[in-house]
Amino acid sequence: MSTRAVPLVLPLATALVLTGCGGSADDATAAPATTDAEGPTGTLTVFAAASLTDVFTDLGEQLEADAPGLDVQFNFAGSSALATQVTQGAPADVFASANQPQMDVVTDAGLADGEPQVFAANVLQIAVPAGNPAGVTGLADLAREELTIAVCAPQVPCGAAAEDVFAAAGVPPAPDTLEEDVRAALTKVELGEVDAALVYTTDVTSAGDAVEGIDVPEAEEAVNDYPIAPLAEAPNPEAAAAFVELVLSEEGQQALADAGFRTP
Amino acid sequence: MRRRRREPGVPVPLLVPAVLAVAFLLLPLAGLVVRAPWGELGPQLTSPAVGQALRLSLVSATAATGLSLVLGVPLAWVLARSTARGRSVLRALVTVPLVLPPVVGGVALFLVLGRQGILGSWLDGTFGVTIPFTTTAVVIAETFVAMPFLVISVEGALRAADARFEDAAATLGADRWTTFRRVTLPLVAPGIAAGAVLCWARALGEFGATITFAGNFPGTTQTMPLAVYLALQQDPEAAIVLSLVLLVVSVATLLLLRDRWLSRAVR
Amino acid sequence: MSLAADVRVGRGPLTVELGIEVADGEVLAVLGPNGAGKSTLLRVLAGLLPPDDGRVTVGQETWDDVDAGVHVPAHGRRLGMVFQDHLLFPHLSVTDNVAFGLRTRGVRKPAARRAARDWLARVGIAELADRRPGRLSGGQAQRAALARALVGDPALLLLDEPLSALDARTRLTVRAELRRHLAEYAGSTVLVTHDPVDAMALADRVVVVEEGRVVQAGTPADVSRHPRTDYVARLVGLALLPGTGEGTTVRLDGGGRVAVAEESAGEVFVAVRPESVALYPARPEGSPRNVWSLRLVSATPHGSTVRCELDGEVPLLADVTGAAYAELGLAPGTPVWASVKASEIAVYAR
Repeated sequence: MSTRAVPLVLPLATALVLTGCGGSADDATAAPATTDAEGPTGTLTVFAAASLTDVFTDLGEQLEADAPGLDVQFNFAGSSALATQVTQGAPADVFASANQPQMDVVTDAGLADGEPQVFAANVLQIAVPAGNPAGVTGLADLAREELTIAVCAPQVPCGAAAEDVFAAAGVPPAPDTLEEDVRAALTKVELGEVDAALVYTTDVTSAGDAVEGIDVPEAEEAVNDYPIAPLAEAPNPEAAAAFVELVLSEEGQQALADAGFRTP
Repeated sequence: MRRRRREPGVPVPLLVPAVLAVAFLLLPLAGLVVRAPWGELGPQLTSPAVGQALRLSLVSATAATGLSLVLGVPLAWVLARSTARGRSVLRALVTVPLVLPPVVGGVALFLVLGRQGILGSWLDGTFGVTIPFTTTAVVIAETFVAMPFLVISVEGALRAADARFEDAAATLGADRWTTFRRVTLPLVAPGIAAGAVLCWARALGEFGATITFAGNFPGTTQTMPLAVYLALQQDPEAAIVLSLVLLVVSVATLLLLRDRWLSRAVR
Repeated sequence: MSLAADVRVGRGPLTVELGIEVADGEVLAVLGPNGAGKSTLLRVLAGLLPPDDGRVTVGQETWDDVDAGVHVPAHGRRLGMVFQDHLLFPHLSVTDNVAFGLRTRGVRKPAARRAARDWLARVGIAELADRRPGRLSGGQAQRAALARALVGDPALLLLDEPLSALDARTRLTVRAELRRHLAEYAGSTVLVTHDPVDAMALADRVVVVEEGRVVQAGTPADVSRHPRTDYVARLVGLALLPGTGEGTTVRLDGGGRVAVAEESAGEVFVAVRPESVALYPARPEGSPRNVWSLRLVSATPHGSTVRCELDGEVPLLADVTGAAYAELGLAPGTPVWASVKASEIAVYAR
């Protein structure tokens, strides 16, 4: 199994600098597999949002174990980049988006096979360096000028969600940097270079001990749904259906929950 | 000087690859130009956000070039002229930023100059100065990535320059510092100019180290490449326009400077 | 202000070990083939290359004394140097080039420029003062370089092949001018050249250097008339034959005998000028004492004549007119008879 990872180079930097931030999804694969002698074969290509990297990689391995003739390939990247690639004719079987608008791009182009299904959701959380040196307790602290705060840029999904949360809370944020993606924001927390960042719960989970999460009640205003759909032009529709089924199965949902996602 | 008359025409084995090279370099640019929504160019050019990013880009790239000149030219001299041992190791190390992915460079800068960094924590503790997420951080990130270009071209120019001019200056009573200022520097000025242009261009397009080490905030750290990248997330057409603005401004600046230099450097 | 230098310095496989002395107002030519160590000597005198051993003094000043740990760097020595290809700074005007040495020694700009213009007038290129060196001819550039070297009133003037980059006609004029300026110059001059004509025309004394050692020293006339090595002999256009004097006959080391006019004894050199050698297609009539059957090795144009290199019992050089060369039907390998009058042959002790 191979992972065609296209995430911008930042996760690489993160991996280079940090140790001990292994994904928490490793223990999610213990459930017995449904044995299907006539399982799908060939190659399955899944385009999935970067935040799904750990969970989907595990699920892909599991699917390969269940269907020995199958090779699962992933393309993990930002949802908007993936949506663009799908509409430009990239040969994908499944698209899993980190938000509804990017899935809409694909469905509007008539490229989704059937109605996309929400398989997970993500909410924002405040990430602080281990030990919380600045004593951050809630969203109001993100308005303190003297703290160094990272928030996602409004152009990217986590930034749009952050704007909604701040608006709902009536807190004018005082960010020092508008990060180009959520992983970049997380890296700066991990390095201790910012006092707090507004990121997704799953990112806090994946960062392990280097980062602590602080729940934000106002985040309920901006819950981010993850839809998944097999694609109409899928070269391997059988495998696509099997993968979507696995993600929606109890087992898949448990793996997502372990990684910090909410499940429907 | 007599000018040799050249045979007209270019040999085919050179012409074909040369044409391919031009096509290779220019077609993507042509793609940008063709796809650009020209109607948006005016509004984008006059939009305060774009103006801010453009100004920051030009200022920080110029500052990075200045810093690279002040530090890089002496370093190039040491690499080219000193006979100290370990010079080749030093030269190899100096070029490391060329091969290092810029994002990694940004993280490395954090480790040295960040709040928790080796020097940065001391600066913070002693002077209360923190560098990340400031315009200074932009200049530092750009300098880190761009200075090797300057050092390498200036070192090449110094090696190519006739060192006997320096002997001549010595026999005329000039010590090494005077010789460097009054003879060596003017002699390699074209090489320094070329290196500065490369350095400036690299700094202007710098993305990875900047967004990592300096972050992204309009007015203080959001340079044009960062603005282009973020625009690409939402509105690819706007990103194309922004790229063109950056392209036009940088090409215009270089042409302007080139004319200045050319008119001054007539032999 | 006289120069005394006795230095040793290793340059790769060659060890240069030279001692020279030059009085005030005297011009010493260091003559030798490429790679003999001439330029190394000049670099040591200029302070550009510290010697491994020895001393360099100019007047009362010690510039190098290895034993005493003294080394004055180039910029601390009051000297002027003219380089083969002038090395005028291309980014400065001719005036600023000449003023350069005064400026580095603290003279203010207007005064330095005035002095520079005076010198440009003395070397005859006042009208080129504002040009860049790139727009000067070779001769003009070398005049400017001379002005630049002399403007600071140096104690020592070093000339490194100053005329060799010039074309033949320019060389004649510049050489004559250089001779005049050297005559006016009060300090010591060391001229390095591989052209014997420069040495003869410009120097009061000549030292011949081969493989890092002085092989001959003397006045230009002495050296050219009585060369002591094959290199010098060829340089001045003489065939040089070592032998043993036996009265008015010299038995040559390489075999054969030469009749001479003066009596000599012991180890001697015999020098034969090419124009004194006559060539014949057959053994000449009469009874000249020096007649040899030789073979032509090579022939090269030499001014209005053809210089023939001959080999056989006695190796000789002979100059013949183009007409005679054609008449004799000479070609490499052709046998030919040569004769020289005894009175035309110089003989001197080795």
